Amino acid sequence: MESIAPPSKGSIANLSPDVLETPPLSLGQLTWRRFRRHKMANFGAIMLILLVLYAFGGAFVFSEAYANKTETGARLQAPSREHPFGTDTVGRDILARTIYGGQISILIGLTAMLVELVIGVTVGAISGFFGGLIDSLLMRITEAVIVIPQIFLLLVMAKYFAASIPNITILGRTFSGSVVVIILVIGVTTWPYLARIVRSQFLSIKENDFILAARATGTSTTEIIFRHILPNSIAPIIVSGTLSVASAITLEAYISFLGLGVRPPTATWGNMLEGAYNYIETAWWLWFFPGALIALIVLSINFVGDGLRDALDPHSRAI
Amino acid sequence: MNRRQVILDLKDLRTRFHIAEGTVYAVNGVSLTLHECETIAIVGESGCGKSVTMLSVMGLIPVPPGEIVSGQAFYRGRDLLALSEAEMEHIRGKELAMVFQDPMTALNPVLTIGRQISEPLRVHLNMDHATAQQRVIELLEQVGIPDPKNRMNDYPHQFSGGMRQRAMLAMALACAPSVLIADEPTTALDVTIQAQIIELVTRLRDALCMAVIWITHDLGVVAGLAERVIVMYAGLVVEEASVDELYDDPRHPYTLALLAALPRIDRRRDRRLKSIPGAPPNLLVMPHGCPFAPRCEFVFDRCRAETPPLLPVAIEHRARCWYDVVNGKPFE
Amino acid sequence: MIAVQAPSTEDAMQTSQPLVKVRDLRKHFPVRRGLIIERQIGSVKAVDGITFDIAKGETLGLVGESGCGKTTAGRTILGLYPATSGQALIDGIDVHHSNREAIKMLRRKAQMIFQDPYASLNPRWTVAGIIGEPLRVHNILPDPQARAERVKELMLRVGLSPQLINRFPHEFSGGQRQRIGVARALASNPSFIVCDEPISALDVSIQAQVVNLLEDLQDEFGLTYLFIAHDLSMVRHICDRVAVMYLGVIVELAERDELYEHPLHPYTQALLSAVPIPDPKKDRSRQRIILAGDVPSPLNPPPGCRFHPRCPIAMDQCSRIQPEWREVAPGHWVACHAV
Repeated sequence: MESIAPPSKGSIANLSPDVLETPPLSLGQLTWRRFRRHKMANFGAIMLILLVLYAFGGAFVFSEAYANKTETGARLQAPSREHPFGTDTVGRDILARTIYGGQISILIGLTAMLVELVIGVTVGAISGFFGGLIDSLLMRITEAVIVIPQIFLLLVMAKYFAASIPNITILGRTFSGSVVVIILVIGVTTWPYLARIVRSQFLSIKENDFILAARATGTSTTEIIFRHILPNSIAPIIVSGTLSVASAITLEAYISFLGLGVRPPTATWGNMLEGAYNYIETAWWLWFFPGALIALIVLSINFVGDGLRDALDPHSRAI
Repeated sequence: MNRRQVILDLKDLRTRFHIAEGTVYAVNGVSLTLHECETIAIVGESGCGKSVTMLSVMGLIPVPPGEIVSGQAFYRGRDLLALSEAEMEHIRGKELAMVFQDPMTALNPVLTIGRQISEPLRVHLNMDHATAQQRVIELLEQVGIPDPKNRMNDYPHQFSGGMRQRAMLAMALACAPSVLIADEPTTALDVTIQAQIIELVTRLRDALCMAVIWITHDLGVVAGLAERVIVMYAGLVVEEASVDELYDDPRHPYTLALLAALPRIDRRRDRRLKSIPGAPPNLLVMPHGCPFAPRCEFVFDRCRAETPPLLPVAIEHRARCWYDVVNGKPFE
Repeated sequence: MIAVQAPSTEDAMQTSQPLVKVRDLRKHFPVRRGLIIERQIGSVKAVDGITFDIAKGETLGLVGESGCGKTTAGRTILGLYPATSGQALIDGIDVHHSNREAIKMLRRKAQMIFQDPYASLNPRWTVAGIIGEPLRVHNILPDPQARAERVKELMLRVGLSPQLINRFPHEFSGGQRQRIGVARALASNPSFIVCDEPISALDVSIQAQVVNLLEDLQDEFGLTYLFIAHDLSMVRHICDRVAVMYLGVIVELAERDELYEHPLHPYTQALLSAVPIPDPKKDRSRQRIILAGDVPSPLNPPPGCRFHPRCPIAMDQCSRIQPEWREVAPGHWVACHAV
């Protein structure tokens, strides 16, 4: 028979310290595990990787010159061995153009997201943390941007600025200046939604006791913002950032489809659709391939965003 | 000896939840009886299965993730667990009513108090509008809401916490149920409001001869309210006794430890509180042996190997323990 | 109208020099309406003139029901909320009117333990970061290695295995998290800790662990506590003196056993009689004072004595004149016309 000694009174030092049976898991590991369990998100992530490989790996197979080469003799050819995706109205190879167009579309999506993130997070954070007059002012500006119909604003700004910017050359490649305009226009019109999300995050997180604890400890305001609040609002920022890549790609497609977006010869999935509506029945390959790629990338980004939303929730201890 | 008729007889209830991390063994074989007009209390800490037990009886466990693995709950001879959802709807609210801890989330914020109380009247008793209104006013008066004629048109947010809990009680009492299940109804309230609600429930219970099951973690509340007490730990009943006997002569080490861990408002401080080491068990693993063994000061080999049965230790007093705390040695 | 009789309060403190002095402290929260231009339409008088001392090494209990202002009082005393008027001194430092240097010193000397062990720890920080925060912020141990060693010592002191130093709060149970919070409060070697309902979110079997830990730490480090709670039994166990708050004011203040055995204010009497006793025979034989109604809104507190609408012995003058804060027996203070 075995009996344990009754806990000695008085000193806690005699109390055997608590140990945890679970293996140590960082938040990153937990997030990854939860993400892995999300089937659609996994599908989306794989799809996304394939699409990126397609757009950037394809460049090693076809040159940009080839993608932009017009060949009037080979106009509107149906998919064939020579041109697997067919050719467009001026005889360019659609396969090669979807590759280079994909690069631009993805690039636009990512940089527009960055612009949105910088403006949205800054405005939202300042507004949410300081409150008061600054908050009122910033939120009224945010609302002003929101109430203007986004597409309308996009079109006006695109039309107004696009012509005035010359072509630019980065890393030996020439882009139509309109690419930069589109990125800025999308970034500048989409940030209010993010700003509101960040603001509400800041408002709710700053009410947490651990912020009060930090203040009671004497932690500085800068540290409270950057070490306490921001890391805790990162989840919705990542999710919303991910989703805004998709919406930026869609928006670019819209404007380019209407002929106000990225100017040829630079290809994007959006401007490849331009003019395709004249051939909806006669030359389906004109719109099918870029359209399908846009649909695929938007869908997979949305799946990934959904998965991230669940995976980043710090409160679920699911393994 | 209890001569009153048994109204609710729960036999070997086992409820589990299947969640992503595995299976939560929430209730692991609970049996209890409730007599007419009797008040019993189910006491235990969070996660001991006290609420899940009663939610299972009421058919309010969401399936999935929940699963009632086995057990029967005879209410006046009918097994509630075998009834269909439609049959259960006739009993729930009419024969067995329930009050919850948080009256704010249990009340619908967009409907008036009167409308919510009259709902069971119309559903279960087929009352017309005017009769139902009249009855609502009576009920609100009964639970001590001043000016019920006007207050019945208020929305829940216009009521204070204590008044909301009164309204919840009025709703539960609407069809004059035989059994009232109160799930921590005063935990969210202040002591003075708690005293009001306890006084109200005792008064109504005596007036209506209603059986009450009071679920709580507070051994103090139980003392003045219940006739019999059931102590639960890790989904098991560990001790069951009349209220006087339980406090005078607790037999399970967990009950003993809980009482020793409580400071007393009516006594001068004479000692440190006795703390119970460790934490309540993780119910993701089916307890092996006695679930309290890791925290028990009387633990010996047998406790870790076999789960003790609920043994009679005195008249109408049972404890689930291999150790005889009175004589200070294991039972034979 | 509350009489501030600072000198006589100090006379009552025979034992030693008070570490904390609170004088007629008020905290009103403005209530504003309006979109761009906000107008103040009133104020919530959460704390409306409280005065007391806490001696070095003493535990003062501050009890009352939800909404009585006890939490606001604790936070205002630590300077986490600016005071509307009045004064709070901790170890000679004026909490609300001092320069940055002094406040920085104050943040080392005075700490806080919170009610909710889930909300009070940053979920994205490891235990090392959480407990080490005061050490880092005050440059007590700038070297991460030395800091980790000190954090491990603190963890051991509160009964947590030092191996868990790199774990995140979500991996711990409520009681363990509360001990992390205690270790954080201890890190900068404070002399005064405000414990804001430190056990009310914990299970009964865990409460005693934390209370005993707090008592041991007090003995070992000579800590002074302001213990804010609504659990009157626990307050009787842990506190030396107890102050009862109602709607922003203290209605009674006395030595522990004096207050529990001879409560003078009708609110204190009702409050104590409402607490259930875990002893059926005793509980049945008790005379309960059941108060009618609810606590009124602090936005619009009743005139005169704030308790008069619910008071069983209210007199005519109670609704007009605010009762004086008087010392009716040595160390026993009460604000009531009927006493």
